[in-house]
Amino acid sequence: MAIRFERNVGHMTRHTLSVLVENKSGVLARVSALFSRRAFNIESLAVGPTENPDLSRMTIVVDAESAPLEQVTKQLNKLIEVIKIVELDGGAAVQRELLLVKVRAPLADRTTVLQTAELFRARVVDVNTDTVTLEATGTPDKLQALLAVLAPLGIKEMAQSGTVALGRGPRSMSGAGTLRPVDRTA
Amino acid sequence: MSTTPSESATREAAAALTGVETTARSLAESAAEPATGITGAQSLVRSLEAVGVEVVFGIPGGAILPAYDPLFDSRVRHVLVRHEQGAGHAATGYAQATGRVGVCIATSGPGATNLVTPLADAYMDSVPMVAITGQVPSAAIGTDAFQEADIRGITMPVTKHNFLVTDPASIPQRIAEAFHLASTGRPGPVLVDIPKDVLQATTDFAWPPRMDLPGYKPTTRPHGKQVREAAALIAGARRPVLYVGGGVLKARATEELAELAALTGAPVVTTLMARGAFPDSSPQHLGMPGMHGTVAAVTALQKADVLVALGARFDDRVTGQLATFAPGALVVHADIDPAEIGKNRKADVPIVGDARETIAELVTALRAEHEAGRTPDLAAWWEQLDDWRTRYPLGYDEPEDGSLSPQYVIERLGTIAGPDAIYTSGVGQHQMWAAQFIRYEKPGTWLNSGGLGTMGYAVPAAMGAKYGRPEATVWAIDGDGCFQMTNQELATCAIEGIPVKVAVINNGNLGMVRQWQTLFYEGRYSNTRLHARNADGTPKAVRIPDFVALAEALGCVGLRCESKDDVDSVIEKAMAITDAPVVIDFVVGADAQVWPMVAAGASNDDILAARGLRPVFGDNQV
Repeated sequence: MAIRFERNVGHMTRHTLSVLVENKSGVLARVSALFSRRAFNIESLAVGPTENPDLSRMTIVVDAESAPLEQVTKQLNKLIEVIKIVELDGGAAVQRELLLVKVRAPLADRTTVLQTAELFRARVVDVNTDTVTLEATGTPDKLQALLAVLAPLGIKEMAQSGTVALGRGPRSMSGAGTLRPVDRTA
Repeated sequence: MSTTPSESATREAAAALTGVETTARSLAESAAEPATGITGAQSLVRSLEAVGVEVVFGIPGGAILPAYDPLFDSRVRHVLVRHEQGAGHAATGYAQATGRVGVCIATSGPGATNLVTPLADAYMDSVPMVAITGQVPSAAIGTDAFQEADIRGITMPVTKHNFLVTDPASIPQRIAEAFHLASTGRPGPVLVDIPKDVLQATTDFAWPPRMDLPGYKPTTRPHGKQVREAAALIAGARRPVLYVGGGVLKARATEELAELAALTGAPVVTTLMARGAFPDSSPQHLGMPGMHGTVAAVTALQKADVLVALGARFDDRVTGQLATFAPGALVVHADIDPAEIGKNRKADVPIVGDARETIAELVTALRAEHEAGRTPDLAAWWEQLDDWRTRYPLGYDEPEDGSLSPQYVIERLGTIAGPDAIYTSGVGQHQMWAAQFIRYEKPGTWLNSGGLGTMGYAVPAAMGAKYGRPEATVWAIDGDGCFQMTNQELATCAIEGIPVKVAVINNGNLGMVRQWQTLFYEGRYSNTRLHARNADGTPKAVRIPDFVALAEALGCVGLRCESKDDVDSVIEKAMAITDAPVVIDFVVGADAQVWPMVAAGASNDDILAARGLRPVFGDNQV
């Protein structure tokens, strides 16, 4: 599941929030409605299962200055089904997106497409006489770069996931030795 | 069955509001016997009994019908209202008057959507309330079935939390969770939506159930370091102000507040939601701040060097233009909701915690400051404050056309009914006058729709308050516009034996909107006249509606007052009637205005004490 809103890659005020929520129906609606109601700007939101079947993890990329970001996390924390929020910042976290892109690849251009795919470590997942479909993963910046190179060749269609992210190092958000949650009290 | 309902529950609740030591009833206090092979509906009613519910306000309908059968035999009393909005506001009024959780019940679809306004109202004013709605059968959900509405989706932004119950076995747990969520932390409304088949299914009941709310851990204990920092700031302040909000009433912290006020000697302002949290008779009380606050209260906030916000949320109606609000003040902001802190105004000393615990600890910390010799001298500050309040007291002019003055009516009502009465109001001019000209001395005596500004709140809220505090005189002060939105609940009051009193401040207009049209729209009175009028705009002699006749038709006593000389006698007549609801139609002038006023979006520095009268604050700032 992923919802993608406006793209604004590389903007200085991007923040990645990793949010552990109860795995119950309606939680996604609650979270996304909160963002629109409070006029917070979501860049991307991805939801998926975690190692604990009772919990889901939402990775939310927010475009906000620091004061509004504090409001975002406090308001998210008020949702009863939100268990914990951690901000994952660039260096201390691994962030990835998945891209599927169908590129025009007539015989004359096919080599270029395949070479580009190789440069970006993208895989060919479908091919026919007119197009090639590539699968690529990476940081948002890398996928943007790939798209920029493919664009002149003609992108027929594409699908892209929201960012998913994990903190680097041995600690985890749940369980022992946990990552410190965003401060709730001040 | 478990213990029988306490006959003295109401008195207990009343005592809880006035007594210092009485603590809130524990939710799962009463035990309940387990049962097997009962219906979901029976489990629901048993859960309501077990959680200590005394009364529910509601209207039955198709989807909720199974619940009404066991309710028929239950010790939980059901008050059959005339509109679900009335049920919701009655629950709110009950909750605000007693401090207990108010409960309303409605069927699916339109029954549930009619609860949306009271839910939003309770959410904005942090009122503990549980709404129970029937839903179409599980298999029909999502099919646009008859009387289907996604009430869970609809109410997500206006409830603290809501549930759709899918398993009949989970009914006791969901009810326990709903009451726990509604009444703890920052209180608020919780909706429990139950499909008809879940109510009809066979299930077991056990109490108390296990609650499963892993993400809900409200912080009630304030951080000691923050409290000490706040105390140091207060002890060093030269122009402190205690800015008291509704959270102080919710936390039953008025005794603690009195102690803090006495210890600091600082001026106190009480917001619209906090009227009654600090006695108006106290010389330390400057009155209400905000758009229609007193000059002294508004200006004290503007000139303060330390603002101590207690359970208040820097609402735009208090701050005016935020950028110029209290520009020289350091802010201590104590609130149970961390999200309120720093939301509108940066807090220099944030304290997350229950107001009662926070203020009590603040008192202790402040004593330590005083013992260490740090006691501020506020004499110069008080000289300044006294000057403002002497020069710009609250007041009003008698109408030049000889009509009855609405402020006079409300002032007399407050004097005659006294500080033990409970006053509810609608929204508009009459609400502001009731906040200004009635002197509140006790908590839980002023109930209004502060945040949402819900016209029509007064009558149903008075009904709920009177039910919860039957020993108290309950006056609904309403405008003629508001009254025409929800007066049908007077039929409920008449039939159910809930003798509220209603003062309709009838100026024949949507008065507050008219005031803005006078001030900001060159007197172009677009669609604010409610009375019948001739082609040239002059009022017709006919009264539509005739509120006295309407009151009589609804089973109430109807009285009318049109002159100053009759005001006292008609109020006294109404006070003497205790066995039926009474409505007084006070026919007042249309041109009275609410002053002082800070225009919407303007700075509090630009407060006008009266029309065209800008206070002179001088340069003698301490």
